[in-house]
Amino acid sequence: MSETMTADIADHPDARPAADERDRSNHKASSIEMQGLHKRFGRDTVALDGVDLNIRAGEFFTLLGPSGCGKTTLLRILAGLEEPDAGSLVVGGKDITETPPHQRSVNTVFQSYALFPHLSVRENLAFGLKMRGMPAAKRHAKVDEIADFIKLGDLVDRHVDQLSGGQRQRIALARALICEPDVLLLDEPLSALDAGLRSQLQVELLRVQKRLGMTFVFVTHDQQEAMVMSDRIAVLNGGTIQQVGPPREVYERPVNAFVAHFMGHDNLYPISARQGDRLTTALGELTAEEAGDGELLLIRPETLDLLPGAVERPNHLTATVTERLYRGSHAEFRLAIGDTTLQATVNNRGRHLPEVGETVTVAVAPEDLVTLSE
Amino acid sequence: MSYPGAVPTARSRAMVRETRHLLFTVTPGALWIFIFLVLPSAYLMGVAFMTNGPYGLPQMPLSLDSFERLAGVGFLGWSPGNLYTLLRSLWQTLVSTLLVVIIAYPVAYYITTCREKWRPILLLLVVVPSWTNQVIRAFGWMNLLAPGTPLSSLAESLGLVAPNMGLYPSNFAVTLGLIYNFLPFMVLPLYAAFEKLDTAQVQAAQDLYASPVRAFWHAVFPQTLPGLLAGTVLVAIPAFGMYVIPELLGGGKGMMLGNLVANQFAGSSNWPLGAAGAILMLIATFIGLFAMRRIGKRLGGGEEVVI
Repeated sequence: MSETMTADIADHPDARPAADERDRSNHKASSIEMQGLHKRFGRDTVALDGVDLNIRAGEFFTLLGPSGCGKTTLLRILAGLEEPDAGSLVVGGKDITETPPHQRSVNTVFQSYALFPHLSVRENLAFGLKMRGMPAAKRHAKVDEIADFIKLGDLVDRHVDQLSGGQRQRIALARALICEPDVLLLDEPLSALDAGLRSQLQVELLRVQKRLGMTFVFVTHDQQEAMVMSDRIAVLNGGTIQQVGPPREVYERPVNAFVAHFMGHDNLYPISARQGDRLTTALGELTAEEAGDGELLLIRPETLDLLPGAVERPNHLTATVTERLYRGSHAEFRLAIGDTTLQATVNNRGRHLPEVGETVTVAVAPEDLVTLSE
Repeated sequence: MSYPGAVPTARSRAMVRETRHLLFTVTPGALWIFIFLVLPSAYLMGVAFMTNGPYGLPQMPLSLDSFERLAGVGFLGWSPGNLYTLLRSLWQTLVSTLLVVIIAYPVAYYITTCREKWRPILLLLVVVPSWTNQVIRAFGWMNLLAPGTPLSSLAESLGLVAPNMGLYPSNFAVTLGLIYNFLPFMVLPLYAAFEKLDTAQVQAAQDLYASPVRAFWHAVFPQTLPGLLAGTVLVAIPAFGMYVIPELLGGGKGMMLGNLVANQFAGSSNWPLGAAGAILMLIATFIGLFAMRRIGKRLGGGEEVVI
């Protein structure tokens, strides 16, 4: 652990290269290696079914999945609040599988914030430092420092029950950050906030992480949030990891139907026949640049172009508009090709937007077609 | 707006209706409190300042005689007997309340960790003994602790009590009786506090480097404090004024303030002295409540703890 957040970066050879805004990143971030983690609750509930995962030092890493997928259990195992039935956990090169939570340099921002209502905001912030035996004067200075860093202003002198949801969220974040942990865990920290505040705090959280260069492990069920925040995302389902990768890879090249559905894709079609890169589905025949060997074809709605009238050309499909949702910046279309439905999203550039009942041609670029497995 | 002499508007009619409604709902309760609390208390207060008459009945003139006697001033100079009784009452209250807390705390916690369907049954088991008459239960303890019983023999063989003395009657028997009697009144409020315990706070404390013991003090104990204080009030106040248990289990050396007061109204017949004793109990109780409020406020971080 570093002595103080403001110490000179040059004193710490381990520090990551200092980008302009990474002015406080003297902190030595830690990597996380998880191997074969299993966790079972009761006799029948399998929370984690063999999780292998490596998280890089200084990374904003997100565990994404529906409720019950095991993401929170994984986070609690990292915090030490849950013990895995099998497997190992290494943080910063040290095996901490058996280490109790109060001996881990890992701090958590809880979903319910879990602030201590009988303590003042200042006492809440200083709690971790006090438990570590830091003298009162130094604690006081540290609290002022973090209050300045997170821009808490005069919140420090208030009482916990005088705070709004957003303010509580920031106090909870500051309370965890003040201990300068190797890893910061965030358990759906923004889920209780309204949309506006939520996106504001997303940006704030991201900036804090970039400035500190600390390893953040973030849990959410919101794929939009995951894409905005993360360096890399792990999609979980049924206690196993489905896919790990940067947001664009997970969104644009999902490896299976679950990931595709979870990332918001509905245009999935079973491939009935194939000849090289020529794929036959219920939509008709389409050519992909690299078809791969998956048995499902994914067409992302925003990759489609809608042209007026019917045109007979390769990778062009003739469709009828059955529904149009005008959203200002873009419009969403539901199209019928025979008995099959296809969704398309078109940016509104002021050109003609097809009406319901209109016949259109859907142009599909070969490089945008992805196949994936069940 | 209503002006003098104006025709009743809908609003003024509503006010009349509301006032009538208020009178109708509040009056019975207020009457009850007046007749059964305010009047007797005033009477008691009056009696305490009167002089003791020939048959122990109060008579004029007004005087402070009974308070002087309560303080121990008698015909033969000062004697500390009443002071001892007061101190014994305070000591018994303190010890038994403390022991009740120590026993009830883990019991209440244990019940909250049990399966939901078992909890009402376990709580019932805690409460069921108090459905039996207090006197009968005190007699039960007399039979258990009397000289010659297995418990007494064991205590004698261990040298804890003098031979053939038994565990009853004694101050120890009174403490035991008080604990047994008041345990449910501590378990129930503590159980309520444990049941709504926010475990996230406990985990946050652990996460912020608090060892299990420190996590308990910083995250569990403050959350159970309201239940603990409520239980303490429910236990300590009736224990302080307890009559039956010291009467039956204490013998002459185990007398508490409640017995002193009762004796003045029944046996030795000195109503003014009894009334003065009752007022002393009342004052001691108020001081205790006030102190509890202060403690509750300080430990609760300035939050109002309702007692």
